[in-house]
Amino acid sequence: MSRYEMLRHFADSWALLAMVLLFLGFVGWTFRPGARRHHEDAARLIFRPDDLRE
Amino acid sequence: MPATLAKSGGLFLAMVVALFAMTQAKDAAFAVHMAIMALAALIAAMAVMATANVTATLGRDESVYDDAPVRWGVIATTFWGVVGLLAGLFIALQLAWPVLNLGTEYTTFGRLRPLHTSAVIFAFGGNALLCTSFYVVQRTCRARLAFPSLARFVFWGYQLFIVLAATGYVLGVTEAKEYAEPEWYVDIWLTIVWVSYLIVFGGTVIKRREPHIYVANWFYLAFIITVAMLHLVNNLSMPVSLFGSKSYSAFAGVQDALTQWWYGHNAVGFFLTAGFLAMMYYFVPKQAERPVYSYRLSIIHFWSLIFLYIWAGPHHLHYTALPDWAQSLGMVFSIMLWMPSWGGMINGLMTLNGAWDKIRTDPIIRMMVLALAFYGMSTFEGPMMSIKSVNSLSHYTDWTIGHVHSGALGWNGMITFACMYYMAPRLWKRERLYSLRLINAHFWLVTAGIVFYTASMWVAGLTQGLMWREYGADGYLVNSFAETIAAIHPMFLLRAFGGSLYLAGALVFAWNIAMTIAGRIRKEAPMTETPYNPAADRPLPASTGALQPAE
Repeated sequence: MSRYEMLRHFADSWALLAMVLLFLGFVGWTFRPGARRHHEDAARLIFRPDDLRE
Repeated sequence: MPATLAKSGGLFLAMVVALFAMTQAKDAAFAVHMAIMALAALIAAMAVMATANVTATLGRDESVYDDAPVRWGVIATTFWGVVGLLAGLFIALQLAWPVLNLGTEYTTFGRLRPLHTSAVIFAFGGNALLCTSFYVVQRTCRARLAFPSLARFVFWGYQLFIVLAATGYVLGVTEAKEYAEPEWYVDIWLTIVWVSYLIVFGGTVIKRREPHIYVANWFYLAFIITVAMLHLVNNLSMPVSLFGSKSYSAFAGVQDALTQWWYGHNAVGFFLTAGFLAMMYYFVPKQAERPVYSYRLSIIHFWSLIFLYIWAGPHHLHYTALPDWAQSLGMVFSIMLWMPSWGGMINGLMTLNGAWDKIRTDPIIRMMVLALAFYGMSTFEGPMMSIKSVNSLSHYTDWTIGHVHSGALGWNGMITFACMYYMAPRLWKRERLYSLRLINAHFWLVTAGIVFYTASMWVAGLTQGLMWREYGADGYLVNSFAETIAAIHPMFLLRAFGGSLYLAGALVFAWNIAMTIAGRIRKEAPMTETPYNPAADRPLPASTGALQPAE
């Protein structure tokens, strides 16, 4: 098997699986319990009164 | 004091090295570039000595933001924006009237076209990204910019890169890679500047006082890291001589083409999309005074964009020597990009939910909304054009040019203008912008300009595509290339008209920013008044009897 074919097989099997799992993990993490409150805080972060002077 | 000596001494040494390289130059363009380098080193050395803090008593005040590089960035963005649009209008007129090539090699379309694209993408867009990222990262991390001298080096080093790139194009120095035309030594310079940028930005994130890293910074960081990777791989090349401006790519044939479009498409994806989305995720909520519609959606938007965009490049190479599976892969990933793009657009637009009236009363919000609308439209059009059967009609035609400009003028241009309008009064401590009504004039000029530009290029592109593929009964092509050019000449004129409207809008913008910096405030009626009619403001006389309360 040529190096090209080896890399291709690896890319469309294990590498693809790893990428999909990583992606689903990152997206799934935003749906964890308690995420909503954390997200609401984060979204309001830019409106908190400033400690530093503008 | 020793630091000043070391810095200025090092800069003088750099000047001597550049002058030596100039004397050894194998070609005129390399000599010119080394002279520019030497001059830049000299100016920098003078500046270091002139601004030296001889008594060394100045401690840095960590309770204020470091906004000087941001202010320079706003001025640079405004300046390069006007230069880049002017170059664009000029080459549009050259296409309509070839006599404007002026008969010299330096002013031909082929040399001025990369000047236009680099000026608007890297000089206008790049400076906007630099200065907004320094503004946003400090405010969302609640920390003063890390490594202040390095931040100043990043700004001025980037301007030097722009000057080297621009003069190189006019002198005919090019790697012939689209959006990556600068030659090897300019690429090395940009790498140094870019790594410094990553250190300043990353350093500020690391020293943050805010536990959470706001989503805008994720987009900025992805933009900085990915652009570094793209730049390094695509520009791998071997110089012919250490003192010459010519180099040859490390790749050949279809590998070179794929590397180029992996770079080219992700320059769009990470420079013009991720970086500008970072601006959107900070400035749209700030101007609307409402938190982003869904923070969760913004994170999903981020990961989807990162995971999908990087594979879309092969759609630039449909029906070429690239393996079929790679073309299909590029097409499929481009179509999947619809989802995160529209998710992001909806997230930005819905931030205004409950405050839609601001579109009427706040011209900056209006500009942001139009930018998001164009982000949605061009990210709909792009995947559609990446479908192979559509691409067989649209590729190599002016439809592509129209598509790029709906994204660049509509999305990147409008969101940049809006962010500059937001920052200018805050950075120069002005009560407000010089004029809100001029923003309105700017808005309508550029909107009309984009409509003329994209509509004429759609018609021109479809005309070209259909004429190129028309076969006669005898199996020969019906139209010659020159005939297709003659057919779309009126569209070239309309495009140039649209471009001049957009440039006029940008000049209004530059005037408004300049007057704001000068501290002037234009006397003008406010954008909105609550209606009041004194004639109607009275009780109804009982004698008329027209109205009786219900029994």
